[in-house]
Amino acid sequence: MSRRTSPVIPGFGLTLGYTLVYLSLLVLIPLGAMFVHAAQLTWEQFWTIISSPRVLAALKLSFGTAFLAAVINGVIGTLLAWVLVRYTFPGRKIIEAMIDLPFALPTAVAGIALTALYAPNGLIGQFATSLGFKIAYTPLGITLALTFVTLPFVVRTIQPVLADIPREVEEAAACLGAKPLQVARHVLLPALLPAWLTGFALAFARGVGEYGSVIFIAGNMPMKTEILPLLIMVQLDQYNYAGATAIGVLMLVVSFILLLLINLLQRRISHS
Amino acid sequence: MSIRRFALATLASTLIAGPVAAQTLLNVSYDPTRELYSEFNAAFNKHWQAQGNEAVTIQQSHGGSGKQARAVIDGLRADVVTLALAGDIDELYKLGKLIPQNWQERLPDASTPYTSTIVFLVRKGNPKGIKDWDDLVKPGVAVITPNPKTSGGARWNLLAAWAFAQQKYGSEAQAKEFVAKLYKNVPVLDTGARGSSITFVNNGIGDVLLAWENEAFLALKEEGGDNFEIVAPSLSILAEPPVSVVDANVDRKGTRKVAEAYLNYLYSDEGQRLAAKHFYRPRNQAIAKDFSEQFSDLRLVTIDADFGGWKTAQPKFFDDGGIFDQIYQAR
Amino acid sequence: MSSATLTASAVNNAARRGSALGRRLLVISAWLVFLLFLVLPLFVVLTEALKQGVGVFFTSIFEPDAISALKLTLLAVGIAVPLNLLFGVAAAWCVSKYEFRGKSILVTLIDLPFSVSPVIAGLIYVLLFGAQGFFGPWLREHDIQIIFALPGIVLATLFVTVPFVARELIPLMQEQGTQEEEAARLLGANGWQMFWHVTLPNIKWGLIYGVVLCTARAMGEFGAVSVVSGHIRGYTNTLPLHVEILYNEYNHVAAFSVASLLLLLALLILLLKQWSESRINHLKARAGEE
Repeated sequence: MSRRTSPVIPGFGLTLGYTLVYLSLLVLIPLGAMFVHAAQLTWEQFWTIISSPRVLAALKLSFGTAFLAAVINGVIGTLLAWVLVRYTFPGRKIIEAMIDLPFALPTAVAGIALTALYAPNGLIGQFATSLGFKIAYTPLGITLALTFVTLPFVVRTIQPVLADIPREVEEAAACLGAKPLQVARHVLLPALLPAWLTGFALAFARGVGEYGSVIFIAGNMPMKTEILPLLIMVQLDQYNYAGATAIGVLMLVVSFILLLLINLLQRRISHS
Repeated sequence: MSIRRFALATLASTLIAGPVAAQTLLNVSYDPTRELYSEFNAAFNKHWQAQGNEAVTIQQSHGGSGKQARAVIDGLRADVVTLALAGDIDELYKLGKLIPQNWQERLPDASTPYTSTIVFLVRKGNPKGIKDWDDLVKPGVAVITPNPKTSGGARWNLLAAWAFAQQKYGSEAQAKEFVAKLYKNVPVLDTGARGSSITFVNNGIGDVLLAWENEAFLALKEEGGDNFEIVAPSLSILAEPPVSVVDANVDRKGTRKVAEAYLNYLYSDEGQRLAAKHFYRPRNQAIAKDFSEQFSDLRLVTIDADFGGWKTAQPKFFDDGGIFDQIYQAR
Repeated sequence: MSSATLTASAVNNAARRGSALGRRLLVISAWLVFLLFLVLPLFVVLTEALKQGVGVFFTSIFEPDAISALKLTLLAVGIAVPLNLLFGVAAAWCVSKYEFRGKSILVTLIDLPFSVSPVIAGLIYVLLFGAQGFFGPWLREHDIQIIFALPGIVLATLFVTVPFVARELIPLMQEQGTQEEEAARLLGANGWQMFWHVTLPNIKWGLIYGVVLCTARAMGEFGAVSVVSGHIRGYTNTLPLHVEILYNEYNHVAAFSVASLLLLLALLILLLKQWSESRINHLKARAGEE
């Protein structure tokens, strides 16, 4: 830890020290404790736990629905960001302010509200039932809940980048005879992609771990609609601390690798 | 900033209010007993004060039975536990060494002041014509029951179905097949008994809810009798939710006397009446007779006579790799 | 409007008309998404809460258990947010004002709690402070209760809200650079004077913004707190946990009433956020003009 650029400004030691101590006490040591706990398992035991069909099913479900939700948000989030940045229209300010609602709303409230909405006797659920499909208590319901919860992250990362792309570039391209799709493909996409990926990564990471909004709507069926965080809870409630920590470690490692990959991808894109 | 000032005020008030209450008693219980204990606590307090004691603040915590036992093992300072099945209280001895091994011998009726059983709650008019357990495995019948891994009630449910199938079809293999078929008809598997009731009653999922008898009655009462009715199967299980003082905690807090009085009061006439009022079957036969109208006469198997007690049933059916896992993962 | 845009619009009138249609479609679909996706859940919360009239609504909110849950929530927020505010300023300071090896790792670590599942956040404190945990026996010996009591709830809340203030401040402070501070130092200000009179005014709105986000998340945390709460009615239930409990008690209306109280708090937070954001933009715009 050296190479301070600005020797005039005081407080490097103090602030860095405080930051490190605080992070260590609150985050790193407790997380480390989980790894230590999991390390009491042999590699074989660990493998048996995380490769059991129920864990694999939950893994697929959690990462699958979070991925899908992030993709959906990639589309509607971009739409919202685009409209908010580019157009003035009646009610723009309201939408702008309310985009962050899923972030500010406690997840348990979101959970019971979405369940009331999508359950077979709910406002939208009734409609779906009459069309012959179910939303609540299926992976679709989980995906919807995750989409709701993670929407602000995508919109808020795309918005500033979109605002920074000068309109003139697109219009110049249009003047030169480019069709709208070509403009989108050659002008907007490259500029937006890094932000899009960041938003995607944020939404995805949050979605994988989300608990409060999902448990109400999921139905919690082992092998079918049981998400990984719930499985950790279930293991814990069966006095299976080893199982809970093993799944916790698995979750952390997989999310970490995925985020790392997305970071690398992002770096490569912004370099080229 | 006003929030912070308010928080400081709150902090101050909790600090001041803290030492005033003489004694607090924490009862860690399972899901369907909320209504029973909120009334029982008030009655006990009156009785306790009438005996010349100071008022006691009784705190309640409710959740899935296994979850609650785990919290106590992890350090939730319960003075008494009133859980769904003996197996969960056994863990307090096994994992936490919080109670002696013979805890169940300390109070009458194997420390079970009231019992219950498993019945069916169906929608008004019983549109699917559900009369008995074998109606539950028919195609197109959606059965709501919680997850036996986390819910005590669900374990009783599964065992009742098993007992029925074993008596009807004879072999264990057929019982297993029957139960597997039953769980194929389960569209939502909540973590606790109350979660399942909410799914069935409020969210309108399923044709039949396998429920604690008291839970089914409560649903009728809360939601009005217009939407649901109770069906008693030909055979069910005697569900025995036990209670215990948590020795390690009461000795530390000096609350043993009040905790023991609290549990004993469950066996008093008043306690038994309250249990019956909240649709638990009282152990006291005289009081049970007064309430005989509300409890239908069922043929009941018991955990000890028919399954060899929880010590045998828990690992065989519900531990990892047990029968529940086998039937659930085979689908 | 610049001259380039003027020419562009003049030349491309036909394309404009096409894009006006596209624009209308986009705005309408944004409105649809907004209404169906964001407004409808709010509507459900409020209608369910008011199903049995305003009287029941207010009884549910002013019921003693709800009040004590509200107090506990505010208390946890009142402890967690100032601590994370202090941390956020310190972290942003060392990250944005200095260059050092391992800085990007530090930034990643600050962000880490964001991508850790709340359930894991609760689990790790149980593993540390639970009766079966690393410090369990010691804590029991000294009669200190951490989980299933206020300290555990605060810890869980702290964990999930660690990144928010720092995340807001770091880009802001990086953008502002170090020149003003250096000037203040050269003019003889000591460290604290420099911070109070130069840095703080510059980051004030970003700070408020971060605090608002932090408060929102702290107030609503469910998973992590649920693991360490113990769910003792009137004592260790926060508002979101109280909502769950009411929901599980057939007390549908009360659950949604308390939920709508949380919703109102959330809307209040959004207003605060909008306000601090507009201040930031205002300051930026002014800085741009200068």
